[in-house]
Amino acid sequence: MKLLKCPMNGVRPLSEFVFGGEVREMPDPNTCSDKEWATYVHHRNGAPGMKKEWWYHGPSGTWFIAERNTMTDEVARTYLYGQEDKQ
Amino acid sequence: MPLRLLKYAMSREHPAPRFFRACETPKKSYDAVIIGGGGHGLAAAYYLARDHGITNVAVLERGYIGGGNTGRNTTIVRSNYLTPEGVNFYNASVKLFEDLSQDLDLNLFYSTRGHFTLAHTESAMRTMRWRAEVNKHVGVESYVVGPDEISKACPQLDISCSGQAPILGALYHAPGSVARHDAVAWGYARGADHMGVEIFQSTEVTGIDVQGGKVKGVQTNRGYISTNKVLSAVAGFTPRVCKMVDVQTPIIIQPLQACVSEPMKPWLDTILVSGSLHVYVSQSSRGELVMGSSLDPYEVHSTRSSLDFVEGLTTHILDMFPFLSNVKVVRQWAGMADITPDFAPIMGKTPVEGFYLDAGWGTWGFKATPISGKTMAETIANDRAPDLINSFRLSRFEEYELTGEKGAASVGH
Ligand SMILES: Cc1cc2nc3c(=O)[nH]c(=O)nc-3n(C[C@H](O)[C@H](O)[C@H](O)COP(=O)(O)OP(=O)(O)OC[C@H]3O[C@@H](n4cnc5c(N)ncnc54)[C@H](O)[C@@H]3O)c2cc1C
Repeated sequence: MKLLKCPMNGVRPLSEFVFGGEVREMPDPNTCSDKEWATYVHHRNGAPGMKKEWWYHGPSGTWFIAERNTMTDEVARTYLYGQEDKQ
Repeated sequence: MPLRLLKYAMSREHPAPRFFRACETPKKSYDAVIIGGGGHGLAAAYYLARDHGITNVAVLERGYIGGGNTGRNTTIVRSNYLTPEGVNFYNASVKLFEDLSQDLDLNLFYSTRGHFTLAHTESAMRTMRWRAEVNKHVGVESYVVGPDEISKACPQLDISCSGQAPILGALYHAPGSVARHDAVAWGYARGADHMGVEIFQSTEVTGIDVQGGKVKGVQTNRGYISTNKVLSAVAGFTPRVCKMVDVQTPIIIQPLQACVSEPMKPWLDTILVSGSLHVYVSQSSRGELVMGSSLDPYEVHSTRSSLDFVEGLTTHILDMFPFLSNVKVVRQWAGMADITPDFAPIMGKTPVEGFYLDAGWGTWGFKATPISGKTMAETIANDRAPDLINSFRLSRFEEYELTGEKGAASVGH
């Protein structure tokens, strides 16, 4: 069984979590071009590597960030959004 | 045939004919270079040579041909999609598949079985009716059937699914078929090789040389090759190859797993798919049940398989066929599926001149092998994509013209 550490609830089985995709910077819809907006909406950084991702712990309703290598599936660390430095 | 086999058995050298030449050193330049020796890349090479007379072509494969998703899929061929553009496209592929054994002079074990997409809910029935109407409109033989007809075609199926999810009906698709996947790759490879195409295995493209927005060549572990036309047909490696040319796509990679049971006497004639139970199953010509499920739930660039998958899958298979409880699973594996947000492929030209893309085949691209090879060859030869694949262009995303194929592509393959 794979495990993942929720920053609020500790280590839990992976089946309790939902993947939310890579953390991405939203361009300002008022000032960006149509092309920039379409890129933000549709395109993804699909190449493998270390990524910051959104994950969701279902039973407790906690969204948090995991830094994960998408090639090896190793999680370096997890933390609540905005609390990166506290970890 | 038996005599020929006997001759091999008696001979010390096993003089079985090679399917294609063992190419070692690439030439300095080619008219076109194809990255990826899966079914799609090899089919494109074959049709480039056969239909367009372009034979100065190299296919570069980092591993061995057919070792990617082509040799890992569950070989379901069908055209009962949801959108007219999807149905037309996959129907053209089914038509090519029907004659392909003859074309390639190789027995692909192409076997038309009929295909049932089971519906366990009213909303699923609604989608089946919708698909049946679109299919009929385009001239594809699909219609909605009730539980009795399903039972007749497959008496072993527990229509109540252990009482968990009773089957209300199904979309029946007469042309649904299975085939030998690696034979498709090998057949196209042999055909292309005979016309002059050179196939290099253990040859990885590590970079693409782009100057002034145009392709000039590729860097490989066997040196630099110059060319003005590069086709990327690398399925699960698409984001890596696109990164070499700075072309953005929505593709993310998720593993898709499958497994087979021990061989049994033939009992399952048709192909069965259940979206609600997340399973599909057919019986191969070797007697094994070939079974698959939905995608692994998050992005990983890996072909590792898991126990979770077999446990989940077999639970549902037992809902359908309780009598299989003593049958063993003998092999399982995974491939890297290149998933697009609208469950349709990405085919055609890209912002980089001379860089053509055949990707986004996710869980559904085996059935498209012949038609994608044919249409990509046409795209490369004319530097213009044929109408049949216009809806699949990369620019559809920035134009917000996504296709609506999701309802028919997931789980069903
Ligand atoms: C478990 C599973 C079940 C499936 N079931 C079905 C099904 O029932 N029906 C269906 O229609 N589809 C199915 N699919 C999808 C189908 O298998 C694929 O969409 C299809 O085979 C893609 O073919 P391809 O030739 O594009 O890619 P591949 O066969 O993956 O070929 C790509 C090749 O490119 C090579 N390559 C990658 N990078 C490089 C590089 N840099 N240099 C050189 N070579 C490189 C790889 O080694 C690989 O051999 C399934 C997929 C999986 C994983």
